[in-house]
Amino acid sequence: MAQDNTNVIDQPEVMQPRMVSIEISGKKYDVPEGITVIKALWYTGQEVVRGAGCLGGFCGACATYYRTKDDPKVRTCLACQMAVEDGMSFTIMPPFPARKATYDIQALKDPKQDLFNLYPEAPLCRNCNACTEACPQKIDVREGVWKAVFGDFKSVSEMFMDCVMCGMCTPVCIADIAPNLVALYVSRAQGARFTEKPVGLDARIKEIQEGRYNDEWKKLLKMSEKELADHCATVK
Amino acid sequence: MDIHALQQIVHQTRDARRKQTIPKFSPADRDQLIHKYHPDYRASAYRPIRFGPNADEKTVVELATLLEGDSLITDEMDLTPQYTTDVLVIGGGGAGCAAALHAHHAGAKVMLATKLRLGDSNSVMAQGGMQISVAPEDSPVTHFIDTLKGGHMHNDHDLLKVMVEEGPSIAKWLIELGVLFDRQADGNLHVKKGGGSSKPRLLTCSDYTGLEIMRVLKDEVLNQKIQLLEFCAAVELLSDEHGQCTGAIFKDLDNHRFVVVAAKSVILATGGIGRLHIQGFPTSNHYGATGDGLCLSYRMGAKLAHIDTFQYHPSGAVYPEQLVGQLVTEGIRSEGGHLVNAKGERFVNELDTRDVVSSSIIRECEEGRGIRTMSGRVGVWLDTPLLDAEHGPGTVEKHFPAMMMQFERFGIDISKDPVLIYPTLHYQNGGVKIDTNSETNVKNLFVAGEASGGLHGRNRLMGNSLLDLMVFGKRSGLTAASRAASMSHGKLTVQHLQRFRADAKKHGNVSGVTSPMILPAYTRKT
Ligand SMILES: Cc1cc2nc3c(=O)[nH]c(=O)nc-3n(C[C@H](O)[C@H](O)[C@H](O)COP(=O)(O)OP(=O)(O)OC[C@H]3O[C@@H](n4cnc5c(N)ncnc54)[C@H](O)[C@@H]3O)c2cc1C
Ligand code: SF4
Ligand code: SF4
Ligand code: FES
Repeated sequence: MAQDNTNVIDQPEVMQPRMVSIEISGKKYDVPEGITVIKALWYTGQEVVRGAGCLGGFCGACATYYRTKDDPKVRTCLACQMAVEDGMSFTIMPPFPARKATYDIQALKDPKQDLFNLYPEAPLCRNCNACTEACPQKIDVREGVWKAVFGDFKSVSEMFMDCVMCGMCTPVCIADIAPNLVALYVSRAQGARFTEKPVGLDARIKEIQEGRYNDEWKKLLKMSEKELADHCATVK
Repeated sequence: MDIHALQQIVHQTRDARRKQTIPKFSPADRDQLIHKYHPDYRASAYRPIRFGPNADEKTVVELATLLEGDSLITDEMDLTPQYTTDVLVIGGGGAGCAAALHAHHAGAKVMLATKLRLGDSNSVMAQGGMQISVAPEDSPVTHFIDTLKGGHMHNDHDLLKVMVEEGPSIAKWLIELGVLFDRQADGNLHVKKGGGSSKPRLLTCSDYTGLEIMRVLKDEVLNQKIQLLEFCAAVELLSDEHGQCTGAIFKDLDNHRFVVVAAKSVILATGGIGRLHIQGFPTSNHYGATGDGLCLSYRMGAKLAHIDTFQYHPSGAVYPEQLVGQLVTEGIRSEGGHLVNAKGERFVNELDTRDVVSSSIIRECEEGRGIRTMSGRVGVWLDTPLLDAEHGPGTVEKHFPAMMMQFERFGIDISKDPVLIYPTLHYQNGGVKIDTNSETNVKNLFVAGEASGGLHGRNRLMGNSLLDLMVFGKRSGLTAASRAASMSHGKLTVQHLQRFRADAKKHGNVSGVTSPMILPAYTRKT
């Protein structure tokens, strides 16, 4: 097939892959500029088992610390979502041993009060903002912790919808809070306990249980292949 | 020309396109299009499987090779179990978590083993939503009919009826666990319309539906203290002298040792196949989607269904190179986003079924109306800024925060610039054949979720997978648990391997590989 050369996107990094020098866990390598951090690991011949999951920016398995050239600031990223650049230094974060409280979300008496039993460290937040700075999903984590403590569960559940549970906010917390776990508890409580019951759903469940569709099913499932196809064609 | 210059045509033609309506294909035209352009119809990519339960049936070469592959396990291996449990769940995605929770709730002792971490799966990535007929104008019967049409009338009616009827109670279960589905102002569940559906039926959690469901299910698995075995990949199943499933052998990916688990029944929930990159396609799938469950079940004698058909999601990213294969959610098209070729024209009704939309994108590209990137990839535009133009500024940002962030990381603002897309290998339509309790023809071997086959026919409708996971995860869990209560442990053998190997030998050990694959070979060898 003849290609129309006007419909071409210039992508310098692909046209002439420029090699850049990076440092992985303290060791130097040359890799093509612009590939993701995870692909850089593969490129350097390293097998990745821990540190890769969805490869799509959703699971948080690839939580990574990195630093760019001559910048003292250590940042965080998801390795499957971040392109390497010259002089970059990175290391994948091992799983952090945070404590997760266990609970039965339906059996809790007062979920807003119970937060303080399940995560007694939560109100000790010292407002340092380290968690927010650590979050690769740009969530205002500190604000979330405060809102959780003040019982604004609805806001927390909205703020943390982007949370991939990478855990990057946890090791940095000077008050030993695992903000993502606090937020997860709060979000579940919001969903299970403080959100209106959808009446339409209950009505539909009841309809099905009471056999409202039985006649339709009977008719449908008795049809020949041809009849069924014709019937389906009428549904638009 | 650079990307911004090429994108201009999308901006220039937007207003004219907005006045257009594009009809869906007639059934005859649709069939013609699919036969000509859909990858499932490329005869050269297929070959017959030489032996086993599906002998002489065709599937893609990559899968056939693995199905005929040999086991890592030798006949002499010591099968003394390290763990003994009632129900063994293999796979930590949506189907696996649902199965484990229901089996646990029913009183069984449950162990959940998974290749990577609990939750690392395709399930966390689901953005589009979950189909459940909750709207007043909708019904389970309509859901059934839409799905049947999407599946080209090849769906297993019994499985499908069960799925659509149990959908609403599944939604209730998830809400009670704390899943935050989007709501209408009156508190009812908000539903969106998905491709190929006649009624709005998609339940969503922003564009994080899978992530939200999985955060909650994972948390609940931990709350229930279900025994976990992470970073352990199943490499063989165990069978007693009658061929019934009695457990599994895992490879611990940390220390490369084998782990033997004895179980009364096994639920395989190992998901799909995208990372086999069949026909060289990029994929939207997670790192561990290598079709392991198919190989394991097949060796054991389980019959597979519809394994010659795969779903190529119409909109995989083609640019930037770092995002190649990753999904650009169908939600964009649901909300009116246009597909636009290099000439600035629309060429398909964006809400037609996925196979139709994918085929027409492939047609545009093969006929020279695609946009080529310098890495040699070709795609068409998806007009994302149209959403802001249509529904007001901020729409893209508000409705698709996950996607905005994904592209922003590479300096692309999708609310201002259209994105380049091409079909990506997305879903395995078929899988291990199951009955309505999720059991295979091998007794005590259950398969749930994407690894199973029959329900979706020859093409899955968007949003039906998340429901499939929950319904058949539940059914497998409950059946396995109730069976476990009334039976004792079977003998642990790998007798099925002898039969399989004899068969392979008769056919000249054609494959030459060991399976399952476990992880794709991305590590560069120098
Ligand atoms: C990007 C993306 C978006 C999607 N969007 C939607 C959507 O909006 N709506 C919808 O309905 N569907 C959607 N789907 C499809 C749907 O998400 C999947 O079909 C579904 O999640 C599969 O669930 P599962 O539990 O069967 O498998 P998975 O969720 O993939 O889980 C499989 C699990 O098995 C484990 N495993 C694999 N092999 C082994 C082994 N040998 N030993 C031990 N463990 C193993 C894996 O590590 C993983 O934990 C989407 C899929 C993708 C990839
Ligand atoms: S809130 Fe914490 S766990 Fe969630 S994405 Fe941000 S850093 Fe990761
Ligand atoms: S890091 Fe800890 S102490 Fe600091 S703001 Fe966040 S939650 Fe509060
Ligand atoms: S691998 Fe899942 S977020 Fe990177």
